[in-house]
Amino acid sequence: MSSLGFVMLCHTALHRAAQVARHWAERDCPVVIHVDRQVTRVRYDAFRRELADLDNVRFSNRLRCEWGTWSLVQASQTAAELLLSEFPAVRHVYLASGSCLPLRPVDELRSYLAARPMTDFIESVTIRDVDWTVGGLNDERFKLRFPFSWKRRRFLFDAYVELQRKLGYRRKLPEGITPHLGSQWWCLTRQTLTAILQDPRRSALERYFSLVWIPDESYYQTLARNYARNIESRSLTLSKFDFQGKPHVFYDDHLHLLRRSDCFVARKIWPRANRLYNTFLTDDAAINRMAEPAPGKIDRVFSRTLERRTRGRPGLYMHSRFPYPDWENGKTAAPYSVFHGFNSLFVDFESWLARRLGTVVHGNIFDPRRARFVGDVPIYAGCLSSNATMRDYNPEHFLTNLIWNTRGELQTFMFGPRDSQRIGSFMASDSNAQISVITGAWAVPLYLSNRNFAEIRTEAALLQRREIDFVNTLRHVKSRADIRIWTLAEFIEEPMENLQSILDAAEGANALRLTEAPRMADLSGFAAFLQSLKNQGMNPMTVGDFPQEGLVHRPPGDRNRPYLVN
Amino acid sequence: MGILQSLRLRFQRQRCHARAWRKSRELRVAKDRTKLIKPGDILVFSTFRNEAVRLPYFFQYYRDLGVDHFIMVDNDSTDGGGDYAIAQPDVSVWTTKHSYKAARYGVDWLNYLQRQHAHNHWTLVVDPDEFFVFPYCDTRPIRALTDWLEASAIRSFGAMMLDMYPKGPISAQPYAAGTDPFQIACWFDPGNYVIARNWQYGNLWIQGGPRARSFFADTPAKAPALNKIPLVKWQRGYAYVSSTHMLLPRGLNRVYEEWGGEKTSGVLLHAKFLDTFSAKAAEELERGQHYAASAEYKAYHDGLSKNPDFWTKWSERYINWRQLEILGLMSKGNWA
Repeated sequence: MSSLGFVMLCHTALHRAAQVARHWAERDCPVVIHVDRQVTRVRYDAFRRELADLDNVRFSNRLRCEWGTWSLVQASQTAAELLLSEFPAVRHVYLASGSCLPLRPVDELRSYLAARPMTDFIESVTIRDVDWTVGGLNDERFKLRFPFSWKRRRFLFDAYVELQRKLGYRRKLPEGITPHLGSQWWCLTRQTLTAILQDPRRSALERYFSLVWIPDESYYQTLARNYARNIESRSLTLSKFDFQGKPHVFYDDHLHLLRRSDCFVARKIWPRANRLYNTFLTDDAAINRMAEPAPGKIDRVFSRTLERRTRGRPGLYMHSRFPYPDWENGKTAAPYSVFHGFNSLFVDFESWLARRLGTVVHGNIFDPRRARFVGDVPIYAGCLSSNATMRDYNPEHFLTNLIWNTRGELQTFMFGPRDSQRIGSFMASDSNAQISVITGAWAVPLYLSNRNFAEIRTEAALLQRREIDFVNTLRHVKSRADIRIWTLAEFIEEPMENLQSILDAAEGANALRLTEAPRMADLSGFAAFLQSLKNQGMNPMTVGDFPQEGLVHRPPGDRNRPYLVN
Repeated sequence: MGILQSLRLRFQRQRCHARAWRKSRELRVAKDRTKLIKPGDILVFSTFRNEAVRLPYFFQYYRDLGVDHFIMVDNDSTDGGGDYAIAQPDVSVWTTKHSYKAARYGVDWLNYLQRQHAHNHWTLVVDPDEFFVFPYCDTRPIRALTDWLEASAIRSFGAMMLDMYPKGPISAQPYAAGTDPFQIACWFDPGNYVIARNWQYGNLWIQGGPRARSFFADTPAKAPALNKIPLVKWQRGYAYVSSTHMLLPRGLNRVYEEWGGEKTSGVLLHAKFLDTFSAKAAEELERGQHYAASAEYKAYHDGLSKNPDFWTKWSERYINWRQLEILGLMSKGNWA
């Protein structure tokens, strides 16, 4: 006679349950099956007939079972009692469901248990330590009454909980018990199980637990603590739950994952997973390994899916992820760097920076004529078009697409007051953006241009207005970008130092010292140009205090430092 | 949502049903095998016109996914496609000679047939050139997905339409009936899609891809919508409002996560751009039976006559669903 017996709770996919029961029974493990009363008579009879040839399979009295209610505990109690009385040789009782599947030969499980004859395998943790309960009912499972079905009478369920909270109602715990929770799939020794089932206070305890929320996760888990000699607080059944508290399902493509887990039993299996059933229910390989179950790998797979479902991939906008503003977990996928005004002040700034950083450096990708991708290509990563109309149709997604499409490759681009400005507030609020600004640099190309002064004056006013708006956006209390702002006058006092500070921040502490400087535009006569703008009634204030006599070094002071807005 | 808004949408849904009822008089049964439909069967609904060359692979593809029955509306085909469909053992066919456009691009016909035959079934509404791809579709049948959706209390499943194109002029490689169109049209645009939210119906509005950049670069607002909700656990009261882009009741349109996570989603591979397309575009332009007075087809026609090639060096070659998942064009969500 076998020392291991199974209790199976079944309600759907009975043909699969029958296959598994037959597997165990034919390998000399008695099986007692409870079939939900909601299963029709016809199907139940067919199920019994299917297993009629096996003399170590019994059927316990059928109860109507409902998720989250006491009926599930009752069903396991009656079935376990039947198993213990009919099969006196049974030493360990294993509670399984109809959608469980053994992953290792029964003999391995049997010898594993024989080596631990007094050990109860039941996950049992105090409510303080549990974080996997869903619905916020942790402590209250044991302190409130739950007479209404959560599945069928949700309104009454919620209302009654709310009422009890309002009234401050608290149930008294029966004496001598400390609430514990854990997976409802356990493997208990005859000693512990009979102690629970034959407890003189059983009816009083049942009265208490029958109004606890989801008692099948707490009844045995709590009482085992009172009787067991040696509890291993883990379940031998591999069973994973998702963020809604619903069990993950295993399919054919999980075969290798399941095999490598070394767990004895897994739940729940998709009833049509033919390959899993065929593989694991065929005759056992004779190798008798004593490997410990190692569900770690499967745990990692499932915790990744949890992360995917609840946080998602930062910077991704797609048809099943469209977060509200500020719920993106990252507005863009990766850090990027924006240089405002630099390519007005320096000649060939982009190619200098590209050499320096060793990465791609774009021109003004928000240029009103077309996006100036590196090399001025008409189409860039992800088939992003450089067409300005398309870009300006949704500039935010243009930028998030660019950053997403080039993950793993730092994006750097130029910006300025001549560009489409709508993207400004998005970048300012994006913590991935590093924005360096030289205000007033727009005046340099105007100075170098050969245009009528009246035109220049009008354009200067417009550019300055736009730049002030942009800088105000950057200084807004909600901006999260890494921002550095200099006036033109401040910047040209120590251009190398200032450039170095930007690159240091972008690359971390180990950045090399700059050796080659970018070539600055020729600014002789620029001061006079600014003065004539002033004389025309247009004050280029964002340029800063540009020295009249040209470039002279003033003594260093605090006002020369770039200010960080963070 | 205010009571007024909710009443208005309910009224609109009822109008959809009334319209579908009225338009149902245009349908004639050609072959009714709906008696074969068993409870729990997964159904495909589709409208077609002169698609004989596409139908063999279409049926094969969805049978392989595990679809149990097809309900097709044949809009006056003259190429034998209707007879081919009728000859299939798992296909029911209705025919009509009436206007596709007046039936709101077939939506009315299908709404009617779905109301009659789809109640309590998972239904997939796709055109003959749309091929549904979902997470794990290479190892799990579609029933694995619907069982999981059902257990998760999810009623509808979103899939973005992904326009596929060949490398080189689209007329260069002829398509033969029964073959996989994605052997030819195996390229797609991986990352140029823009999204807006439609607050009235709660659905997303997605535009982009090769059509947007080739034909609508100067009028991006007019580019075709790519958001679709093709897979729904159908109930009698449901109705598609505009193609399969949006549904009522509008809760069904919430196939996306708004609080940062990703819901599980798929892709509809769109095999529109084969050598059959030029003829189709010319014909559709003639008939004026497509959206926005065929503005789209007109744009195609003009574009196509210039020997179009959608391919760029940034185009991605289709491998499998995992590739689309990594590119962020679909998501496993919490289905593992």
